[in-house]
Amino acid sequence: MTLIRFRDDEAHEEPAVTLDAFFGQSNATAVRVEPGEDVRVLLPYLDRLQLIEIAFPKFRDGRGYSSARILREAGFTGELRAAGDVLLDQVVILRRCGFDALVSDHVLDADKVNEALARFPAVYQKAADAKQPVWALRHG
Amino acid sequence: MKLVTGNDLVSGDVIWWTGSGWSRFIADAVEAGPDGEATGAREEAARRVNGPYVVEAADGPLGPVPLHIKERIRASGPTVRLDLGVQAEKQGIA
Amino acid sequence: MYKYDEYDQAMVDARVEEFRDQCNRRLSGEMTEDQFKPLRLMNGLYLQLHAYMLRVAVPYGTLDSRQMHMLAHIARKYDRGYGHFTTRQNLQYNWIKLDDAADILAELATVEMHAIQTSGNCIRNISADQYAGAAADEVADPRPYAELLRQWSTFHPEFLMLPRKFKIAVIGADEDRAAMKLHDIGLKLLKNAAGELGFEVYVGGGQGRTPMVAPLIRDFLPADELVSYLEACLRVYNRYGRRDNLYKARIKILVHEIGADEYRRQVEEEFLHVKTLALDPPAAELERIAAMFALPPLDPTAPAEIDRSDPDFALWLDQQVVDHKVPGHAIVTISLKPTGGIPGDASADQIDVMAKLAREFSHDELRVTHAQNIVLPHVRKADLYAIWTRLEESGLATPNLDLITDIIACPGLDYCALANARSIPLAQKITERFANLDRQRDLGEVKLKISGCINACGHHHAGHIGILGVDRKGEENYQLSFGGSGAEDASVGKIIGPGFSEDGIVDAVEKALETYRGIRIEGERFLDTYRRVGSDPFKAAIYEKASV
Repeated sequence: MTLIRFRDDEAHEEPAVTLDAFFGQSNATAVRVEPGEDVRVLLPYLDRLQLIEIAFPKFRDGRGYSSARILREAGFTGELRAAGDVLLDQVVILRRCGFDALVSDHVLDADKVNEALARFPAVYQKAADAKQPVWALRHG
Repeated sequence: MKLVTGNDLVSGDVIWWTGSGWSRFIADAVEAGPDGEATGAREEAARRVNGPYVVEAADGPLGPVPLHIKERIRASGPTVRLDLGVQAEKQGIA
Repeated sequence: MYKYDEYDQAMVDARVEEFRDQCNRRLSGEMTEDQFKPLRLMNGLYLQLHAYMLRVAVPYGTLDSRQMHMLAHIARKYDRGYGHFTTRQNLQYNWIKLDDAADILAELATVEMHAIQTSGNCIRNISADQYAGAAADEVADPRPYAELLRQWSTFHPEFLMLPRKFKIAVIGADEDRAAMKLHDIGLKLLKNAAGELGFEVYVGGGQGRTPMVAPLIRDFLPADELVSYLEACLRVYNRYGRRDNLYKARIKILVHEIGADEYRRQVEEEFLHVKTLALDPPAAELERIAAMFALPPLDPTAPAEIDRSDPDFALWLDQQVVDHKVPGHAIVTISLKPTGGIPGDASADQIDVMAKLAREFSHDELRVTHAQNIVLPHVRKADLYAIWTRLEESGLATPNLDLITDIIACPGLDYCALANARSIPLAQKITERFANLDRQRDLGEVKLKISGCINACGHHHAGHIGILGVDRKGEENYQLSFGGSGAEDASVGKIIGPGFSEDGIVDAVEKALETYRGIRIEGERFLDTYRRVGSDPFKAAIYEKASV
């Protein structure tokens, strides 16, 4: 398991509880969301949460990408971590959807991750990252 | 009889287990016995085959003949382009 | 047509290098096939029956001569000298090697072509009407919007791991020449009462195992909100589309299961939120793109008279040519369906011939149709005879557009690992049975479509006559259906009875058409007669026991 973070702050120590457990206890600051769970139930609690972990049990199940964007669109600024079957080839799209940490079941080489992130010079659409889409670059 | 078949990882060619390696010609295929799947798995891990599986075939005068039409087509080539595929090589066309 | 700027070019170039790296990691064993397969599919690379197959994107079916020449070059250099034009306006090569794939993509990138997202569980090639920009009945050219959506969907980070593939079609006229209602999302351009441009949005059409005509989800979407609205449509699908069963994972199943009203409600709710994100490109971007689709400089005073004294030319003219919106000009369809031929296949030489004709006679533009033919969209009527002569020389002048021998067929079991039966030999036999042109013309418009398996890549559900190949106890068997349509009167065909052998179904098709001839009313196509009288007269003729 590799943990790669794109944040300057310290990694959050408290383990992420399940969504059910989160609603059972009042003071958890880290929660884990499974693919089939509706991340919008967390919207009232974003100020309190410091870490939200989105599970990717299989990399082809792309629901986590929507979950991540929804959280960033709602203003979540804490650590958004993709966990599970994460391969080098998903790193770019995970970052674009707002993830700033990855914990993968596979070994991820940090150099290759950075290489992948630098490969595409532009993006075609707005997402949860700060990248300006090509249409914005074209028209100032 | 049971044969093991798959595709060559690099060329995509249809290949058949010969007992010691892989051939593009079904005439070289051997009875894989009960270990066909294990053979396939071992060969796939070594990247000598892609997507192996076991196929039923009957003995024929020129070698094994798969029972299912899909496998017969894999063994020879498209029926609508007899100038392409293994069938053409056997005729000396390709 | 669209021309890349430095950003577009940089994207395809980077993609080539990314794919090259992925191929190397597969070849070295660093990646397993399970990990590699979704990645290669997103670059159009399948593993088929005989070899790897590469599906090259032809965005909304439009390309120029330089690109056509490159397609011919790749066929010669890396494949077996031919290519196959598909029902989604793309081109397929059947004999590709994995270690050539990245080089092929690099060569394609030099002429602004790629194979991005032509497969995989992502948004695929956006298709459009093959007469776009040239047809008189258009409200507006749909292709600038198709290009806008192509860019929006390319590498869209949220929608690259959808439950299943996603196909979008855009049309600009009442006549639906792109089978729009049989797509996951169909978009129809129109003007509202105030004269503003917008779209009817249809969501949840499709073929395959459970064919459905898409319901109308939005009756007027302002054109400048297109991206936001589609973002909402796709997000709802990505979140709630089924992932438990491969055969129930398309958006049509979601829309069907929750109902169109509920799907619409969820989309509108998400749309309200998405609109706050300012995702829509500015008007200046659409204007920039649309300017590249401006009509070429066609002289409306060009002569409209055509010398019809050559009877073979006249036959071709009547069948393959329609009027352009500019007087003195025409739209030509080149048939890739010669008698006994393989539907949609073209040799490298033929592709080069069509490229040259486009440059010489059609302002350097061609289209691929979803019926697997090629269109020269901007031709002077005065040049038609010269064009026909050149087509004749290359076996490209079959005058059978929309006739019984203009068959749509998937590659089938001769090529495809998913197929249950062969489709091409059946198409060949049907074209041979009906080879007589007088007979074909007498039978009139008959859209016959053949699929070699339930995935329906041959669009058989949308055939006036549809044929589905199945595996019946290890033998190829064919089911016959009537009454499908991919036009604006979209409908799904109905199976008429027990299946047939390959020869049996050719006879059945002939009996059906002879029955049609016997009971048709003046002006009725086969489809119209079937809709009027139902299947009983046809079943009686097809399944009657031969009297002893």
